[in-house]
Amino acid sequence: MLKVENITCIRQDRCLFENLSFELPQGSIMQIEGPNGAGKTSLFRILSGFTRLEQGYRFWFDNNIADDEDSFFSELLYIGHKTGVNTQLNAIENIQFWQETHGYAQACKNNLLDIYDVLANLGLVGLEDIPVRMLSAGQQRRVALARLWISDAKLWMLDEPFTAVDKKGVTLLQEQFKLQLNRGGSILLTSHQDLTEHFDDLKVLSLEYRI
Amino acid sequence: MQRQYSYRQLFFSVYKKDVLLAFRQRSEIINPLLFFLIVISLFPLGIGPEPQLLTRMAPGIIWVAALLSTMLGLDKIFRDDYQDGSLEQLLMSPYPTSLIVVAKITAHWSVTGLPLVLFSPMFGLLLNLDANSMQAAVVTLLIGTPLLSLIGAIGAGLTVGLQKGGILLSLLVLPLYIPVLIFATSAIDTSAMSLDYTAQLAILGAMLAVGLVLAPFAVSSALKVSIS
Repeated sequence: MLKVENITCIRQDRCLFENLSFELPQGSIMQIEGPNGAGKTSLFRILSGFTRLEQGYRFWFDNNIADDEDSFFSELLYIGHKTGVNTQLNAIENIQFWQETHGYAQACKNNLLDIYDVLANLGLVGLEDIPVRMLSAGQQRRVALARLWISDAKLWMLDEPFTAVDKKGVTLLQEQFKLQLNRGGSILLTSHQDLTEHFDDLKVLSLEYRI
Repeated sequence: MQRQYSYRQLFFSVYKKDVLLAFRQRSEIINPLLFFLIVISLFPLGIGPEPQLLTRMAPGIIWVAALLSTMLGLDKIFRDDYQDGSLEQLLMSPYPTSLIVVAKITAHWSVTGLPLVLFSPMFGLLLNLDANSMQAAVVTLLIGTPLLSLIGAIGAGLTVGLQKGGILLSLLVLPLYIPVLIFATSAIDTSAMSLDYTAQLAILGAMLAVGLVLAPFAVSSALKVSIS
């Protein structure tokens, strides 16, 4: 569903990667790994269109993404280093805001998907109405990751989703990843954890640190 | 799950969030107002409390103070959203960026510009404005402050990615405020002479209309540049 051809990224006169090509079929998970500074986040920013593409092409279901960004964005869930959680608002307000600005508000009402259930599942019971800045780093991350339980986007792009999340949380996330793969969605993630034992068909894209 | 997109829903949720945040940090609303009050009360102290002189200078003082107090909160429009990543999420949502921008500017105006308009008669009293001029001051502020927020948002969008964009923002935006300042003060001056000032209001209104149509697109492009 996502195909990348010959993309190159140059930052401050340093070539992070060049002529990188890969394909992510439906229902598959790909881990991007590499040492710090290898260009994992830069690759994500290029794929999601925040950084201008200097060279190469991105295809979404055989359509060039540059021609039709909206249909790509509507099927993309991106959670980066900066998670997009406002620390002054509480967990419920954050999730509601995200739902409303991404078209899920009505759908969740119709399907009786309760935000409280999602938060309970994530172990945030009793913390729903506390400003997020009062929560621990892992709990803040969980508030951001609650989107994975709401989103039906076909492609999840997660930059270091396991950061600050405890072991139980990681297991929970991996279960949710499997659900996404089973319903035909795909996942692209960066992580320093070894995931091969959890996902049989894990693809790994290794970026090297180049000088 | 069937997703449904509604522009009205988007506008109101972005607006609601920003206004809610402003009320949570009340200093954001109160500080510009206090600043406005202090600047205005400094003038009688500085140039002497002669009523005629104050009346003569009042339009300029009110409007310069309004420009400066608008500048105070301008940086906040996109700064927090940029830092916590919500801006990225919003730009990636399937909604047009310009609509999101309009919602944010409207919210900014409701918490900074609108209180200024409401309190301006009180500040006018400090400068010995007569009833006619007071009315003109309120009307020009009502038309002018949204325009200040719209123009300012372009600068805020351009400088949001910079570490210390505050001064640069003022340098970028204040010159663009000059036309608003000229026509607004001219309207108040004209009203003090009991003449008709609809011409100046019409020009301010025209500028607001152009700003409302074009500024959101400029801000969206500015944000896209800042975020890359």
